[in-house]
Amino acid sequence: MKLWMLIAALAIMSVASLFIGVKDISPLDLFSMTTEQWQVMNISRIPRLVSILIAGVGMSIAGLIMQQLSRNKFVSPTTAGTDDSAKLGILVALLLFPAAATMHKMLIAFAFALAGTYVFMKFMDRLKFKDTIFIPLVGLMFGNVINAATTFFAYKNDMIQSITSWLQGSFSSVMSGRYELLYVSLPLLVVAYLYANKFTIAGMGEEFSVNLGLNHRLVVNIGLVIVALVSVVVILTIGTIPFLGLIIPNIVTLYVGDNLRKSLVHTALLGAAFVLACDILGRVIIYPYEVPIGLTVGVIGSVVFLYLLMRRKAYEA
Amino acid sequence: MIEVKGVSKAYGGKPVVDNVSLTIREGCVTSFIGPNGAGKSTLLSIISRLLQKDGGEVLIDGRDVAQWKSTELAKKISILKQSNHVNLRLTVRELVSFGRFPYSQGKLTKEDWSKVDEAIAYMDLSDLQHKFLDQLSGGQNQRAFIAMVIAQNTDYILLDEPLNNLDMKHSVQIMKVLRRLTEELGKTIIIVIHDINFASCYSDYIVALKDGRIVKEGPTETIIDSAVLQHIYDMDIPIELINGNRIGVYFK
Repeated sequence: MKLWMLIAALAIMSVASLFIGVKDISPLDLFSMTTEQWQVMNISRIPRLVSILIAGVGMSIAGLIMQQLSRNKFVSPTTAGTDDSAKLGILVALLLFPAAATMHKMLIAFAFALAGTYVFMKFMDRLKFKDTIFIPLVGLMFGNVINAATTFFAYKNDMIQSITSWLQGSFSSVMSGRYELLYVSLPLLVVAYLYANKFTIAGMGEEFSVNLGLNHRLVVNIGLVIVALVSVVVILTIGTIPFLGLIIPNIVTLYVGDNLRKSLVHTALLGAAFVLACDILGRVIIYPYEVPIGLTVGVIGSVVFLYLLMRRKAYEA
Repeated sequence: MIEVKGVSKAYGGKPVVDNVSLTIREGCVTSFIGPNGAGKSTLLSIISRLLQKDGGEVLIDGRDVAQWKSTELAKKISILKQSNHVNLRLTVRELVSFGRFPYSQGKLTKEDWSKVDEAIAYMDLSDLQHKFLDQLSGGQNQRAFIAMVIAQNTDYILLDEPLNNLDMKHSVQIMKVLRRLTEELGKTIIIVIHDINFASCYSDYIVALKDGRIVKEGPTETIIDSAVLQHIYDMDIPIELINGNRIGVYFK
C-alpha cells in the first residue's frame, strides 16, 4: 500500500463523514448552509470527525509502541492491562473525587494505567516461558483481574452502567465541548515520532540497546507514558476501541516492516482510515440509528485478528 | 587497551567469574575458550558493560567502564551476543544503519550513510541490503550483524559465540572476516568460541577459563597443547599438525 493511497482514502472518507447523519446536509449546501445546518456541522459532525481521526491515530500508535517495547506482536493496550487499569482509575476518580475536573480525573486514570502497564511489563520480564501467544494471554488475564475489581466496586456503588459505557466505545456522544481532551494526545504523538528510532532500537532488546549506548530504561519508560496517556485520553472521551492497537500495527508490519521511522506514519494513517471506515459503516448500516464503534471495530477487527493468527501459523509451518 | 583487574561476579552466592585479571593485546584476535559454565560469556558481558560486576575493575583506555558515558563507550567497544533472534522485520540496511546510532543519535548524516555503505560492501551484502532479516539464512543474518558492528566502527569488537548455529562454510567465512578486520583495519577482537580448532586456526592469543578462573593464557600454540587442554576440558585431546595448523582430534 502506498502512502498517497492511504492519504487519498482518508481524505475522501473524511469529507463523506461530514455529510452522513440524521440531519440531511449535502455537499451542495456547503455555501448556503442554514444556521441549523451550520450548528450541526460545528457542534457534532466536525468534532466527531476530529475525534475519530485522533483516536484512530492514537490507539494504533500506542499499540505499535507497545508491541515494539514488549517485543511481542500480540501485545497492545487491550492485552496488557492498560485499558483495564485506566478504567479502574476512572472509577476511583469518580468515587473518591466526584467533583474533580476532567483533567484531574484524567491524571488519576493515567496514574493507574501507567502503573498497570508497568506491572505487566515487569511481570513479563520475569516470565520464563515467553511464548508469543502466552504473553498476551497473561496480559488478558491480568486485565480481567483488574476488571473484576472495577466491576465489584462499580456494583457496590451502583455505577455498572457508566462502566459499561466506557467498555463500549462510541463516537455518537462526541460534541464540541466534550472531546477536546483528545488534543492532549497530539504532542505525545509528536514525541513518539521523534523517538521512533530509539523505540526501534529498544525493541531489539536491552543488550542490543546498551551496545549502541542507548538508555534502554529511559526509552521504555517514555514509551509507556505515551501509551498510558493516549489510552486514558481515548477511553475518557470515546471508550475502549478493541483490537485497534493490535491489528493496525500488524498489518503495517507486513508491508512496511518494523522500522518505526517508516512504519509510524503508515500506522497512524491506516489506524485513522480504519476507524473512520468502521464509523461510517456503523452509521449507515441501520440508518437512522447507529452501531457503536466498539462493536463494528470489534467484529471486523476480530476477523482480521483471526486471519493474522492463521497466517502466522502457516508461516511457521 | 582493555585491562581486567580482579573482576568477580556471583549469581546467588555461586561465583561465576572469580577474581579474573587479564590484559587484552591490541590488534589481535583473542579467543576465550573453556567448558560450559566456565564464565566466558559472563566475562565478555562484564567487559562490555552489559553486566554489572560485583568487584574489580575493567579499564578501557585507562578508564573504568562504569565511568565512561554509555554513548561514548559505544564508539569504543561493541558487542554482539549469541542470541540475535530478532523478531522484528528490518532490512539489512536498516540494521546496519543502527551501527551509526552512537554517532548520530538516529539522524544519520551523509558521512554516516557512507560508513553504512562501506560496511555493507565489506561484508558483501550489497545484493541483500534491501531484504528483511527474516528472509535471510542464519549465516547471512550473522554477516548483517557484523556489518552493523563494522559501521559502529569501534576499536574493540566483542563477539559471543559468533559461529553458533552456522555451518562450516559460513563459520569459515565469519572467521576470515574477523581476521581481515584485525589485519586490514587494526581492530582488536575478542570472541567466545567453543570449537578449539577454530580458535587454534584464527586467533593470536587464547584465554582458557574454567570454573570462573583463568586456567592458562598465552599465544595460541601454547594453549593448543594436549596437556593444557587435558587440564581445561578433562579429556584427552591429541594435537596433530596439519598444514601448519595445530588441530585437536577430540572426536573419539
